[in-house]
Amino acid sequence: MSATSSQELEQAPPRMSSRLEGELMEVSLGPQHPSTHGVFRMNVALEGEIVRKLKPVFGYLHRNHEQIGESAGYLQAMPYTDRLDYFCSMTNNWAYALSVEKLAGIEVPERAEYLRIILAELTRLQNHTSLLGFLLSDMGAWGTPLMYAFREREKILDLFESLSGARMMCDYMRFGGCRVDANDDWIAGAKKIVDLFPKFLDEFEDLILQNEIVIARTQHVGKLSPELAISAGITGPMLRASGVNYDIRKIDKYGFYPRFKFRVPLGDHGDTYDRLMMRALEMRESLSILQQAFAQIQPGPVMNPKVKIRAFKPPVGEAYGRIEAPKGELGFYLISDGSANPYRYRVRPPSFINLTILEDMCLGHTVADVMVILGSIDIVMGEVDR
Amino acid sequence: MIGAGIAKGMAVTLRNFVGSYLEEDRLTTVQYPEERNPLPENYRNFPILIFDGNDPHAGLRCVACKICEKECPPQCIYITKSEDKKPDYMGKPQFYPAVFDIDISVCMSCQICVEVCPFEAIKMDKEFELSKRERFNALLERKEQLAKSNEYYHHIHPVEAAQVDKNLAEAAAAAEAKKKAAAAATTAKASSVGDAVSVPGKPAASPTAQSLGSTSSPGVSPPAAN
Ligand code: SF4
Ligand code: SF4
Repeated sequence: MSATSSQELEQAPPRMSSRLEGELMEVSLGPQHPSTHGVFRMNVALEGEIVRKLKPVFGYLHRNHEQIGESAGYLQAMPYTDRLDYFCSMTNNWAYALSVEKLAGIEVPERAEYLRIILAELTRLQNHTSLLGFLLSDMGAWGTPLMYAFREREKILDLFESLSGARMMCDYMRFGGCRVDANDDWIAGAKKIVDLFPKFLDEFEDLILQNEIVIARTQHVGKLSPELAISAGITGPMLRASGVNYDIRKIDKYGFYPRFKFRVPLGDHGDTYDRLMMRALEMRESLSILQQAFAQIQPGPVMNPKVKIRAFKPPVGEAYGRIEAPKGELGFYLISDGSANPYRYRVRPPSFINLTILEDMCLGHTVADVMVILGSIDIVMGEVDR
Repeated sequence: MIGAGIAKGMAVTLRNFVGSYLEEDRLTTVQYPEERNPLPENYRNFPILIFDGNDPHAGLRCVACKICEKECPPQCIYITKSEDKKPDYMGKPQFYPAVFDIDISVCMSCQICVEVCPFEAIKMDKEFELSKRERFNALLERKEQLAKSNEYYHHIHPVEAAQVDKNLAEAAAAAEAKKKAAAAATTAKASSVGDAVSVPGKPAASPTAQSLGSTSSPGVSPPAAN
């Protein structure tokens, strides 16, 4: 009985859409799928379990960020940048402040530069920590690694809260410095967390990096060749995992990064495991930058007193400021016509541009691998859709 | 050996599990609402209006200059200037807001209104348990709900409030000294009313310099008023 019915099924005319000719099955992953990192949809065409075609669909979280930036003033756009990549509001603030400072030729006091580096590296720590947790939960290690990662992340967010007033929507930096100063208690608290962080990293590496399941799920999965990565404009840890030595902290020498000694980890294979390791190694380097910053920071003003907060009008011109955000190159391109609003306000988001390569990395892998590959790209939909 | 990595990971899990009963830094959850973590000094949520003394109407520092309304990024402040003037703390007639509403469902707690206010009139609250049963009017905070006393401000942001009081006292002193120099006869009645707090009729500094000063926090000395 069952034999005949299966035979009948085989002979039945294909019921799929004519486009796919019944050989492939089209599945929509997301936008409410629990492991797609926000409202993101992937239309995948499957042959059995193997992905043959993948079309990313985004735009569900579009909120007109660039248009808001153009119609609000320069200062008014600052709190909106928090909402781009809501994991890393400090680095978003910095990138935006940097481009406005370039546009208007504003100097930043020394202490503010140090605070910015401290906050950017703390942001990198918490972003990479939570990325590792999410990646593991994409692989099926539900809960446990993510909770350990969030426990550590929360300590850093508490630091942000006590400095800026909010855990995630920090809105901390201003053109020409930082909004408030960090007192000695804060610096001591931050130093304590940074001192204890290697202990957590050791433990976390014990937890995952030698795990046979993690290795089987990530090695040789989602390979990205350096040539493709460069031609697609990939930046950040993803590019470096493919072995391309490109770190804007080293290349642009913005802020006080030339004063710091740190290495840029590079991957060999460009697979998911390399991307995972890349984050772990970058955190070690961030910790060393932080320790140097705590040793070097001196008291002083944190705000350039010449900068007007209200009715800020930069001269006519254009500027592109970029920084090495935890996810890659984050840049703001501003054109000023001399009025209180930018004539053009453009965000160059790392998540969005890194995501464009998704199909090339996923073809030939299984559905379960697609989730892991997506997780290793490290996207935040707030930044992809803007 | 296959399985060694998994065993190692399991050991970490076990250590964390046992540790959560013994070690403080592995047990991080708090049983809200019975237990609460203290909020940091700089915590901010939604804006409030500060008044001096006991009368929310008479002591309100806001002079309805509408700067915050203009600068608020999502435009969630609505102000109507009064027709008449009321004497402020120094006895100088000033406008006051007849209507001052903040739509807290739109407000994004960015603190820009606080930074731009030249009169130290608007500050950030720390109250975060604000759930309401009604969707519309309950989320529109009126002047009456927004007005909070200076004592309350001292209670929630002690260091910042002390700094603000100092700034205001300095500004008042500077204004008074100026006045004294100009006309020695009229100084007698302008002596300050409050003990710790005294609000100048007009800010001694230019609004810009003052607004920079208002962003100061523990550890920063305010920029000199010029
Ligand atoms: S800026 Fe200050 S004084 Fe002016 S309207 Fe707003 S709260 Fe009132
Ligand atoms: S905190 Fe920001 S959004 Fe809220 S009222 Fe003030 S300026 Fe507007």
